Amino acid sequence: MEKCLMKGNEALAEAAMRAGCKCFFGYPITPQTEISAYLAKNMPKRGGVFLQSESEIAAINMVLGAGCTGTRIMTSSSSPGISLMSEAVSYIAASDVPCVIVNVQRAGPGLGGIQPSQSDYWQATKALGHGDFQMLVYAPNSIQEIVDTVFFAFDKAEKYRIPVMILMDGLLGQMMEPVAFPEYNYTPKEFDWATTGHNNKREHNIINSLFLQPDVLERSVDARYKRYEKIIENEQQCEVIDVDDNTDIVVASFGASARVVRSAVKMAHEMGIKVGTIRPKTLWPFPEKDFKKLIEKNVKHILTVEMNKGQMIEDVRLATECKIPVSFYGRNGGTIPTPEEILEQIVKIDKALKGGEIK
Amino acid sequence: MKDNNRFNLENIKRINIILGHYGCGKTNLAVNLSLMLAKAGKKVRIADLDIVNPYFRTADFNSMFEKEGIELVSSIYAVSNLDIPAITFDLEAIASQDGYLIIDVGGDDSGAAALGRYKNIFEKYKEDIEIIYVFNKYRMITPAETAECLREIEACARLKATAVVNNSNLGLQTVAEDIKNSFEYANETARLCKLPIKYTVVPEWIEKEIFGDNVIYVKRLVKAVWE
Repeated sequence: MEKCLMKGNEALAEAAMRAGCKCFFGYPITPQTEISAYLAKNMPKRGGVFLQSESEIAAINMVLGAGCTGTRIMTSSSSPGISLMSEAVSYIAASDVPCVIVNVQRAGPGLGGIQPSQSDYWQATKALGHGDFQMLVYAPNSIQEIVDTVFFAFDKAEKYRIPVMILMDGLLGQMMEPVAFPEYNYTPKEFDWATTGHNNKREHNIINSLFLQPDVLERSVDARYKRYEKIIENEQQCEVIDVDDNTDIVVASFGASARVVRSAVKMAHEMGIKVGTIRPKTLWPFPEKDFKKLIEKNVKHILTVEMNKGQMIEDVRLATECKIPVSFYGRNGGTIPTPEEILEQIVKIDKALKGGEIK
Repeated sequence: MKDNNRFNLENIKRINIILGHYGCGKTNLAVNLSLMLAKAGKKVRIADLDIVNPYFRTADFNSMFEKEGIELVSSIYAVSNLDIPAITFDLEAIASQDGYLIIDVGGDDSGAAALGRYKNIFEKYKEDIEIIYVFNKYRMITPAETAECLREIEACARLKATAVVNNSNLGLQTVAEDIKNSFEYANETARLCKLPIKYTVVPEWIEKEIFGDNVIYVKRLVKAVWE
């Protein structure tokens, strides 16, 4: 497999086409625009439809419409654009339509700035839209992992009939790394729910999110939550490095900040500090199984590092049943924490632990 | 005058316009060229003409330029995080001044559009100008597509490239083998572009003895926070 050098955004776009994505609807926004630009150039040549819509709201509604046919569909945007999409994302979830939504996060709130951020963690994992629903959320931390994620994101979206979000940030979208594309042949599937024309051979398939009778709506939501239970059971992904029975401190981080954390942890190892890392690769479902193991390993302290004001802390506390003290270090507004800043936090915690004082 | 780059600096013309497909390494080459010339005691100006990308641009390196005595000419909106495609300087006046001028242009035809308006100026200095088309094999682009991209760029820039530069690399992970494996591609691209290969760009961490002349060794200046 020959390697090539790609930006995160381009690699994601190339992977989507190779994964069988046939329609892309979107509206440009920095730092995500290379996805649209790459697909605009290449998708028509490869038998796909690229359409730049008049707004993010139109784009996501096109995703809903086209997704009803069971075709592989994707849209992408960056934070403010994703907020605009929220109503239709709820409709997509309620209609059980599979699709992939990419958020190349920039700093918020509001129009914010164009530098990288992770401040849409809550939006992605808790409530991108009204009503009881979830999305499967992946948070890759390298260009290669972005590519690998795209392939199974489409598979999982179809398997569970759920919108899947790939949560990136401006740093991963803009940076270049060598990447290889796996062999993958997608044969479009026939779905018994898809609205592809009944040809007088079966009943109409109706895809809808309006249920005026409470008992009908409740059954529909409950059935969806049965699927969510399976997702929670089977789809948690997590990377745990340098954690054993002697580990004192574990640093929890996801996406690009996890790259900075690894550099900081290597520096801490040189100072003899017993520190490891845990990186959720799925943000929903949150990898609570791997976090629970930290309790058995008698980890003394967890430091979460994020490019936001600490949106993942509660999930870490809940997953570790509040049995391990959790502290936080983060930067926001588009500022990226440096390895030195994180090292300083690790050293501070290590000193406190050795002094017998646990924050 | 020949420096340890095994490349004769006398071969570098007074004005260098650097064109190329998106993400082929134009800015890294532009900054390295200006550093080489400045270290050889030349007066150098570097103009950031990128109207496409608000990230990873020449103007990001201003503190280094100040240290090396290189004059940066850029839009007042560069490094402001404002995504405004404006050129707020007089390139004609700058081109008429003594000393070397490196012009870093935005990627693809959309970036080259910024050059179109300067056609008349560039005609005036025709003898002094090298118009370099940079390519990187590893950017998932075939020689035919690379040549096609050059035609699109030339149409927008209203200028014809005078040479190609082989900047094939895999970023920080580049090894000598990757450069060697790009020669066939480079020759084919040069043939399709109907242009000579001016030089090959090699990252500085690769052994200097492997390649012959016409090689420029460059630093990798764009780095991630964790590198």
